[in-house]
Amino acid sequence: MASAPTTDDNRFGLRRQARLPGPLRLDSGAALGPVDIAYETYGRMNEDKSNVILICHALTGDQYVASDHPVTGKPGWWWRMVGEGKPVDPARHFIICSNVIGSCMGSSGPASVDPAINGPYAMRFPVLTIADMVRAQAMLLDHLGVDRLSAVIGGSMGGMQALSWPTLFPDRVEACIVIASTARHSAQNIAFHEVGRQAIMADPNWRGGDYYADAQVPSAGLAVARMAAHITYLSEAGLTEKFGRRLQGRDAKTFGFDADFQVESYLRHQGLSFVERFDANSYLYITRAMDYYDIAEDHGGSLASAFAASRARFCLVSFDTDWLYPTAESRIIVHALNASGAQASFVELSSPFGHDAFLLECPELNRVVNGFLKGGRA
Amino acid sequence: MIDNLRPDLALIARMVKPDARVLDVGCGEGGLMAALRDTKKVDARGLEIDAGNVAAAVGRGLSVVQGDADTDLTYYPDASFDYAILSQTLQTTRRPDLVVDELLRIGRQAFVSFPNFAHWRGRLSLLWGGRMPVTRLLPDTWYDTLNIHHVTVDDFRALVKERGWTIDGQWFLKGDKETTHANANLFAEHAVFLLRR
Repeated sequence: MASAPTTDDNRFGLRRQARLPGPLRLDSGAALGPVDIAYETYGRMNEDKSNVILICHALTGDQYVASDHPVTGKPGWWWRMVGEGKPVDPARHFIICSNVIGSCMGSSGPASVDPAINGPYAMRFPVLTIADMVRAQAMLLDHLGVDRLSAVIGGSMGGMQALSWPTLFPDRVEACIVIASTARHSAQNIAFHEVGRQAIMADPNWRGGDYYADAQVPSAGLAVARMAAHITYLSEAGLTEKFGRRLQGRDAKTFGFDADFQVESYLRHQGLSFVERFDANSYLYITRAMDYYDIAEDHGGSLASAFAASRARFCLVSFDTDWLYPTAESRIIVHALNASGAQASFVELSSPFGHDAFLLECPELNRVVNGFLKGGRA
Repeated sequence: MIDNLRPDLALIARMVKPDARVLDVGCGEGGLMAALRDTKKVDARGLEIDAGNVAAAVGRGLSVVQGDADTDLTYYPDASFDYAILSQTLQTTRRPDLVVDELLRIGRQAFVSFPNFAHWRGRLSLLWGGRMPVTRLLPDTWYDTLNIHHVTVDDFRALVKERGWTIDGQWFLKGDKETTHANANLFAEHAVFLLRR
């Protein structure tokens, strides 16, 4: 058996990219190859490789979970959860976070080069599923010499991947943490995504997705998609508290269509800053993958049977103001886990921040994750 | 570790067989579960309604699900536990009879503990004072108590008989000491029953 890798192994560290030959067989029937996966690792794998944690990111997230983002310069998106002295700690854990396939931060996606035409895939990129993303992560683990995950953790779409892991690779997962997520995309979830996609495709600069060679990209459409989605990440109470009906930099309404209200100005800013770092076609592909996600459907309609082969411990967390993936969705998972006899924990935490709560300051969440991870060591 | 538990929990903990599978309904912060795990290698799962308690229990590495005994027991399969435990929660449920029925479906046996409302102190308080008892055991006033179905030892025995359940054991507590079965309905502050179908 190979010994644990040393730090000078160039597979490990920040800002890594692996080109794996594949082909990766996709749920659609198509095959993808080669498969590029951009990722980061933190900490060191121990001798018996028993300290590996995979972090899965959300729709517009990336592999920079705990290091500064190369485009925005902002700290890693989950620095509150991952880092020195945090529940997921590189001093104890070997942490992997990879960019999902279909995305645009270095993993294979619609902006990648299609070897068949030696140009960007654009809409020729195969439609993906959440399970495909997970299978690509499994390929990366093979590449890194990781057999088993001591835990897989994710929020939102990351939670969908985390929950899919033990259903697809029951022997490779010991614990699974699913935060603010669901076992299937609801009609309302699909509806919001369709609004976003239609905004992108209605942008004249989208041009059927073949915009990579041009200076003009469908940024207006992507910005609108982001604005609509961003509302679903917040709560009514949170918006009221943050903005209310306050006006933006003016004393009176203009009787025009400028951003009179602070909330309008905020959303416009969210939309504009998003297009700097994200590819519109990736947004189409990833939202589609989320819409296709329904774990029960893949197991004859029974969610409980999806976990029958797994021995993993599960921890689910929802937030009381999250209306995108409300507590009821987590309860469906919990009931299925109870029915399958799995070790499951679940708690609904209170937060004013809606769906985004999992990314924000929440000491209770850290306490739960920390205790759950350490619980496996008892 | 067991000795530090509340007296009814300590009594239950001593009775549970090592390596058993246990569901603790209304597990609070998981004190009983942790004691069973650490002293008897019990595979313990919990159900608890209060989010803060659940967070505390999960924080100590226990498998606890936030939920309601009245509505969420239905999701557990038949005979999936050796014991289902309901300690001092019976009197707070909407339908105690249905909850016990679910416990006996899920567990091969069920421990049920509750404060005895017919203890003489409560009787005197009602008889002489004409007021709902506020005692050491029942410290809350009638309007803010969580106890919505007050029950006595004899009431519970009558329910057991009516439903045809079997009593495998019964224990009575006065303070933190065990007391006799004789006149338990008058002298016991707490009752612990071990039942099966």
